[in-house]
Amino acid sequence: MSDLTRLSAADLASRIASREVSAVEVATAHLDRIDAVDERVHAFLHVDREGALAAAAAVDRGEITGPLAGVPIAVKDVVTTKGLPTTAASKILEGWTPPYDATIVERLKAAGMPILGKTNMDEFAMGSSTEYSAYGPTNNPWDLGRIPGGSGGGSAAALAAYEAPLAIGTDTGGSIRQPGAVTGTVGAKPTYGGTSRYGLIAFSSSLDTPGPCGRTVEDTALLHAVIAGHDPRDSTSIPQPVPDVVAAARRGATGDLTGVKLGLVKEFAGDGSEPGVLAAFRESLEALVKLGAEVVEVSCPHFQYALPAYYLIAPSECSSNLARFDGVRYGLRSGDDGSRSLEEVMSLTRDEGFGPEVKRRIILGTYALSSGYYDAYYGQAQKVRTLITRDFQAAFEQVDVLVSPTTPFVAFPFGSRTSDPYQMYLADLFTIPTNLYGGPAISVPCGLSEGLPVGFQIMAPTLADDRMYRVAAALESAVGTFTPPAL
Amino acid sequence: MTTIALPSYEDATSRYETVIGLETHVELGTQTKMFCGCKTDFGAEPNTQVCPVCLALPGALPAMNGAAIEATIRIGLALNCDIAEWCRMARKNYFYPDMPKNFQTSQYDEPLCVDGHVDVVVDGKEYRIGIERVHIEEDTGKTLHVGGATGRIHGATESLVDYNRAGIPLVEIVTKPVPGLGELAPEVAKAYVAELRDIIRSLGVSDVRMEQGSLRCDVNTSLNKPGEEWGTRTETKNVNSLRSVERAVRSEVIRQAGVLDGGGKITQETRHFHEDRGDTSPGRSKETATDYRYFPEPDLVPIAPDPAWVAQLKSELPEKPSTKRARLREEWGISELDMQSVANAGAVELIEETIAAGASPAGARKWWMGELARRANELGIELSAAGATPAQVAALQKLVDEGKLNDKLARTVLEGVVAGEGDPAEVMAARGLEVVNDTGALTAAVDEAIAANPDIADKIRDGKVAAAGALVGAVMKTTRGQADAKTVRELILARLGVS
Ligand SMILES: [Zn+2]
Repeated sequence: MSDLTRLSAADLASRIASREVSAVEVATAHLDRIDAVDERVHAFLHVDREGALAAAAAVDRGEITGPLAGVPIAVKDVVTTKGLPTTAASKILEGWTPPYDATIVERLKAAGMPILGKTNMDEFAMGSSTEYSAYGPTNNPWDLGRIPGGSGGGSAAALAAYEAPLAIGTDTGGSIRQPGAVTGTVGAKPTYGGTSRYGLIAFSSSLDTPGPCGRTVEDTALLHAVIAGHDPRDSTSIPQPVPDVVAAARRGATGDLTGVKLGLVKEFAGDGSEPGVLAAFRESLEALVKLGAEVVEVSCPHFQYALPAYYLIAPSECSSNLARFDGVRYGLRSGDDGSRSLEEVMSLTRDEGFGPEVKRRIILGTYALSSGYYDAYYGQAQKVRTLITRDFQAAFEQVDVLVSPTTPFVAFPFGSRTSDPYQMYLADLFTIPTNLYGGPAISVPCGLSEGLPVGFQIMAPTLADDRMYRVAAALESAVGTFTPPAL
Repeated sequence: MTTIALPSYEDATSRYETVIGLETHVELGTQTKMFCGCKTDFGAEPNTQVCPVCLALPGALPAMNGAAIEATIRIGLALNCDIAEWCRMARKNYFYPDMPKNFQTSQYDEPLCVDGHVDVVVDGKEYRIGIERVHIEEDTGKTLHVGGATGRIHGATESLVDYNRAGIPLVEIVTKPVPGLGELAPEVAKAYVAELRDIIRSLGVSDVRMEQGSLRCDVNTSLNKPGEEWGTRTETKNVNSLRSVERAVRSEVIRQAGVLDGGGKITQETRHFHEDRGDTSPGRSKETATDYRYFPEPDLVPIAPDPAWVAQLKSELPEKPSTKRARLREEWGISELDMQSVANAGAVELIEETIAAGASPAGARKWWMGELARRANELGIELSAAGATPAQVAALQKLVDEGKLNDKLARTVLEGVVAGEGDPAEVMAARGLEVVNDTGALTAAVDEAIAANPDIADKIRDGKVAAAGALVGAVMKTTRGQADAKTVRELILARLGVS
């Protein structure tokens, strides 16, 4: 039998459905792969062998059927899983086991997808390299000395290392797409409100979007279809049907993009991108033109303010969202020896429990919301957000999708950007505008630069998630997929 | 520390003008909390009405309770407010352990209802109290400090938190500053809270019980010399009854006048009202931060009530309590003062229903404002919880009207009703309390009394009819009070040939 861990999710699902392989065999193959390589990759914070095998056995007993029944999945550790530790890669939640499942986890379970475990990330999803995980970084399977992207580096690395065929990520400023780009995998950020945030430990409520990660566009679309859709427990969830992303991906895979207009954002041209990244991007663009697409240059003048606006809005919301971690009800409690006041215990707990990047953002956000500064910072950033949204809307009157490199640089070596936060923040230069707008975007592998993967980003209008899948699948059909060297 | 001589209230108000303002919190009586499906029952075991949302577990999100929005809009409409077509919730950020998220989901610069008014009457004069805003927010949990001498956080060895109340919807009603009330400021403040309570009660959106905390009041007070700018205000909390509203304003006026007389300055602060002493003391600030860093709540979509729906809610508002009182006063034929005490006792609807069940206005009012009001007062409970229903009170009065019960017996029957022994007829039968109307048995008892008291009988025969009272007493004694005194009297006179 071929190595089950190398198969696509779609392939695995059909083999399980036809009983060519059992779901337990598939889960076991992936759990064994995790045992074999995760010491070197460190994609997982918790592995749930027992739970995954039990869920797989239920599928084998015929209790659950469906398009992905029996296909195992890795879940980013910022999403709550009942009975399975959830830490958001923070010391402050060490040992916390949620009593409830996130909505998307409920949907994975209902779809018969065994959960292999919880993947590593930057603490509370704040970072672009997993170097800010309180439990040590994840290593990029393409080069173990390099970062796997972030914050969802664990989910992307698990895919690239063949530890899981599918994974759940969350994207606030690029945390699904940038890891996808630097690990040669696919990552999609759905329309904000298209996937439920209930059970996603909040970083920035108005930006956080859970989404699917896979090794192929079709797999990613299949997972998208499982987790997306209205959830009354999330007020910002959109009460509308999910576009048929699977059909769109299959249509795109035929390789015909006749009549599709791709918008090239003028303001992104050459903006700090590495030459190898630009070269791969341009070659892919040419490939898409050969498939019938037309390239139109569009101007989005306010994109240049996206990064500063993001670094006011996201920290502001995070400063409030993370206030609940005070040692009173769950997680770490420090200094409660009977001699200290409640305020001191709260303060010590937060001092000990949060890492440097989280503290940096809490302080930044607290400052930005303070009276006297609110209008100049938070208020101004919201205005920029509106202007960026208008840029997108104007652009989508001219083109069907916007395209760009996903991130300006390939996977960088550990430690090369931690000393200067701004250098780290630049990793999300091309991904952040979409989050501020709320539309969907996908990163799909498009080539290599010095042997490391480059990602191609496709941004679509809100609720037109199907459009980006079509273009992504077409690109995949033209450039193929990319396999990392053996571990 | 210098002791400041306090002026009398009359002296203070003769030299200073007052400006008051009231912030009232009303706990809505929704079945479930504001952002989750947890129950809102009062008095449940600690932490039994909680879930991931109201405990603010990581990842949990709020989902707005539509009933709370509707109730807030109805309150706003009843207070003559404009209803916002679009507004947002806001986060009020501060750390406190009884607030699970360490921010309160509230409203800031976009309240749901604005710019209304309430008219109240004091001493026959009408005062219009402007309503600045009505907004919706969530309640906090309750912290219990164990081991300290005072029950406050200082000196406590342990703090216990009950989150049952966390997330119960609260409506905050803020008045505009009310100047120019002169010495009547305390009475107007009290009348306003009473009127507000009646309006909200008439809407059926809250039980508005001050003693249970479902209606809580903060009173702002400031003084200024005539012709000068308004003074610095203080905010008095822990004002837990209508009477306390009045006393809190009065005591704060006196205290501030004393400070100003001594050349001092009023500190803008929160003060704590002491029910027992009737005065205020500086409160320990609950929050350590004064900057709440308000910003729009990103977890909730904006509230945009459909104007047609709002118009419908407006058209369906119940009769205003003040209009209703005027109408009923007319119908019942009672004085304004009597109506006021009926309203203050929370008896308007109960009497109305009792009359609807067949009792006369006077009869209905007698029981609710008499025996039952006394009982409610003694037990510190609402009149409606005093143990009798309007139907039972009407049935009781009917038995009296039919002559089956006299006044004394009826009171005994009511005791039985309140004790849960059944309806008045059942209690009367079970306890054997019916008035003795059997003339044969009564005549025997009368004859017995005459025989036992020949002197008195002679006096009566001589025309001293007033002496009959003693014989009536004797008969009532032998019939254990179950005879009708008037009948007995007539019988005695007849047997002695006087009538
Ligand atoms: Zn709850």
